[in-house]
This record gives sequence, C-alpha cells and structure tokens, in this order.
Amino acid sequence: MTLIRSNLKGLVIVLLAIVIFVGCGSGDRDGRKSIQINGSDTEVNLVQSLAEHYMDKHPGVRISVTGGGSGTGIAAIINGQTDIANSSRSMRESEIEQARRRGVDPLPIVFAMDGIAIVTHESNPIESLTIGEVSKIFRGEITNWSEIGGPDMAITLYGRQSNSGTYVYFRDHVVRADYSARMRNMNGTAQIVEAIRSDRAGIGYVGIGYIADSGGTVISRIHVVNIAADDESPAVSPLDPENVMSGDYPISRPLYQYTNGMPDGDMLAFLQWELSEEGQRVVARTGYYPVSEHYMQKNRELGLIE
Amino acid sequence: MSIRSATDTFFRYLFLTAGVSAIGILFCIFVMLAINGLQTFADVSLTQFFLSTSWNPSAFAEPSYGILALVASTLMVTIGAMIIAVPLGIGTAAYISEIAPSYIRETLKPVVEILAGIPSVVVGFFGIVFLGPIIADVFNLTSGLNALNGSILLAVMALPTIVSVSEDAIRSVPKEFKEASYALGVNRWLTLVKITLPAASSGIVAAVMLGVGRAIGETMTVLMATGNALQMPGSFFDSVRTMTANIAIELGEVPFGTTHYFGLFAVGLVLFLMSLAVNLTAEHFTKKYRRYRT
Repeated sequence: MTLIRSNLKGLVIVLLAIVIFVGCGSGDRDGRKSIQINGSDTEVNLVQSLAEHYMDKHPGVRISVTGGGSGTGIAAIINGQTDIANSSRSMRESEIEQARRRGVDPLPIVFAMDGIAIVTHESNPIESLTIGEVSKIFRGEITNWSEIGGPDMAITLYGRQSNSGTYVYFRDHVVRADYSARMRNMNGTAQIVEAIRSDRAGIGYVGIGYIADSGGTVISRIHVVNIAADDESPAVSPLDPENVMSGDYPISRPLYQYTNGMPDGDMLAFLQWELSEEGQRVVARTGYYPVSEHYMQKNRELGLIE
Repeated sequence: MSIRSATDTFFRYLFLTAGVSAIGILFCIFVMLAINGLQTFADVSLTQFFLSTSWNPSAFAEPSYGILALVASTLMVTIGAMIIAVPLGIGTAAYISEIAPSYIRETLKPVVEILAGIPSVVVGFFGIVFLGPIIADVFNLTSGLNALNGSILLAVMALPTIVSVSEDAIRSVPKEFKEASYALGVNRWLTLVKITLPAASSGIVAAVMLGVGRAIGETMTVLMATGNALQMPGSFFDSVRTMTANIAIELGEVPFGTTHYFGLFAVGLVLFLMSLAVNLTAEHFTKKYRRYRT
C-alpha cells in the first residue's frame, strides 16, 4: 500500500513539474527585446552582418536573422510570424491583398542594392553574353556551349527554387519566360556556387555579394561573365561597383525589407540605422551596393527617414 | 473503490489512450490530406494531374499541375536504391548471421545500425560535395547531381533497416533445417542459398519493403543530391525531382488556399497512398514470417 502511495506521490510530482515547465516556457520572455528577421537567402548574410554591427552598439537589442527564401519571408510576414521579412523581390499584388485581408499592412523598405552575377566554371572561355543569350540559355533554347562560341559541351543549368526571390526576379526580368525543365533547382545560393565550381559546363545566377567581396575578389574556381544589355551595348562586369550603381550592368535590383505598418521603437531605430551612412557603409563592405537616390527618395516618402 | 484498483483503472485508460491515439493521428493526417488534396480537382482535371509531365504551378505563363514526372522520379530513385541496397543488405545479413565469427558479428551489427543514425541532411551534404564529383568523373558527366546520386545515398540510408530485419529472419530459421542439409553432404554455400535464405524469404521480403518505405519518403537527402529539375527523367544520369522534394521546396512559400496549395496536398496524398501500399505489403509478409516462426 505504501509503495503505491509513494508511486502516486511521484506521479503528482512529475505532473506538477510538467505544469511548471510549460508555464515557464510561455511566460517571461519579454525581458530581452528581440527582433525576428526571416526570408531571402540572398540577404541573409548581409542582414546578419548589419544586425551584428547594430547589436555591438546597442547591447540591449537582440536581432535574430534566418534565411529560407524571399517567399518564405513573405509568407511569414503575412502570417504574422516575423517582425521583418527580407525579400529580394517586391511583393506581388496577390500577396499584398492576402496580407491586407489578414490585417497586415506591408511596408516596403529598400535597404540595399544587389547585382545578379552570371557565373560559370573557371575553365569556361566565354567572357561575355548579352541578356538575350542569357535568356535563351535559361529557356533551354541554347543547349550547347558551341552555339555561342564555346566548347562542344551540353550546358548544365543551375537555378534557385521557386521560393527564392532571385528565381522570380531573374525569370521575370531576364529570362522573361518559363525556365527550362532541365534546370537544376538548387536549395540556396551556396549550392549553386558549389555545383558550378565542380561543373565545367555549368551556368548559374547568384547575388553578387555572395561570391565577391567589396574589393572585387571572387570565390575560387568561379568565373563571372560580363553582361551586355543588348547587341549594341558594351558588356560590363558586375565586379566594378560603379557599373551596378550607375545601371550600366543590366541585372541589378533593389533588396527589400517588409514590416507590418510603420515600425516603432527598436525596430524603427534599426531600420533607420541601416539607411544611415554608417549602415550603408556596412552594406558596401559586405559586397552589396548602397541604396540609389531613386529608392532612398521612396524610403523618405514612406516617412521612414528624414 | 480502493486506491489500488483506481490506479489500475487509471493506467488502463492511460495506455488505451496512448494506443488509440496513434490510430487517431494517422486517421487525422489522412483526412486532412484528403480534404485539402481533393480540392485540387476543382481546377485541375484528373487526366492532367496524373498524366501530364509538367509541374509548374508558379509559372511565368500558364500554370500546370502534372505529377507524372514527380512520380516517375520517386519510383526511379527508389528502385535504383533497392537495386543497390537489396543484394548488399541481404549479403550483409547472411554474412552476419551465418558466416561471421562472433567477434566480427559483434562489431559489424552495431556499425550497420549506426548508419541509421546519420542525419539525412549530412548524407545529402555528402552527396553534393563528395559523391557528386565522383559520379561526374566516373561516368564522364559534367554534373553528378542526378538520380544515380540520390539512389546511392538512399541505398545507404535503407541499408540498416534491410540488414537488421533480414538478419533477424535468417537467424530464426530452425537449426534443424541446416543440420539436415549438412547431413546430406551439402556445403555451406548451397545450404545458405538453397535452404536458409528461401526459408527466411518472407522475412526478407518484409525487410525489403520496409527499406522501400524508408527510401520513398526520404526528403532532405534527395532534395540536396538530385538537382530537382522538373523534367521527365530519361536515365539515371538525369536530374530528377521526387515528390517529397517537391513538397519541401514549394510548401514554404505557397499562398494559403490556392490551387497550388491544394495541389501539394494532393501530391502528399498520392505519396501517402504509395507508402501505405508498401507498408501493408511489408506487414503481410511479416505476418507470414511470424506464423512460420511459431
């Protein structure tokens, strides 16, 4: 009898312990201020380094940055699961509508610019391509390097997956048609880079900040192709920041962060700091480009900065 | 009522709940898959869904919802994995239970079982950086991210299941069978191939089916190692996208309540039914083998 009793007592203690633990988990979390940022894989390293700089100066603030793709970030802000959504494309009309229906009012902030580099294996002799040629390659209309003056090798296409903002941006603005079904859909930029390093017939597209530092030094065994807007224009390299900022390099795009309505408190302070001279210096040092005057003006119109 | 019988009743119901909840969860998953998945067919015809090879819901031009290429990819990678894992697995099992001296058996068995503990993301990473380049070199391809890569990795992942279940089956063949065989002057090899393995066959088939179940549902590894191209696969050197990888890639960003959203549930439903069929087959053979043991 006593044995059973003590067993029961044990059971009660275990149950109590569970209740207490669960209770602890849900409460008392606001002791530290935490900003959740989620989304674009292109932006994740950049925002991580911005966040680190900011946290060094403001020890009370905690910012956690995760990737997953622009689509993932946008879905998260629509569902109220993140404070800031990183996105390397603008939100679609349908997504904005969906957000509004859920009482979320997405505010588009452009905090950096990015060039998309076309990369091949280092042994590939092709120095430059036009946008038209790039488009045909990714549509699957050009399938062998010999058709554009290269060696006789079937082209291997590497692209991102459909949850990637880079995937959508590149398709809508460069390919302007559906990708070839033969394109390998890689799980993140790093995998495209890794695949092309070992594929002498490969071609892929990646955010420039991912493969080059601010000095223009590229990851080993990767060749960055110069791109011309059309047959008449000169082919220019995205490795020279001037070309991207001036718009001479034809594949550059704004990088977005979305918040739900006008932010306040720490979040506002962080976003304003990103757009400050100091924040933009970090952007440039990480291999991306400062926001152009056009988009800075748009940020001012939002009322985010002076 | 005494405390004693109250405790008894309490625990009887506690364990009953535990037992029933597994069935309940399975049922709920099936209903959820079915309710969401079947809504796809409000917009997509059954013929397009099952017979078209083009899956491109977020298309630039016209969205399409055909799962034939995805199903073909899943079957191809799984069958490829079994071609590698079945002979290897049964061979290992036969070696461990019949031939190996006890000190090798004591090491080999746990080592094979440790294989099961390697996280799938690690196996996938191995496929990208190590196996991919080797496949490209050996077969003179430019890229090693293809169905073959996925098959080899899945074979490695299914191996522990196949080895340990078939080893069990082989070991439980009554000693008298072998003794009778030896007494007739048959050598060890023929005894193994003609007597022991056939006697254990229903257990071995169950092992293979469990291995198939393991391979068919694996996601992360194939997602990383096969390249995920949407084309209809023509050979093992083509990049493929399995059903699991497709769901993993697209579910994170799909807008709620759209045809695309329901379409992914429909893919999940088809996959669920496929793996259910495999598991029922495994169960059928396991029963046979249990009956034989007693």
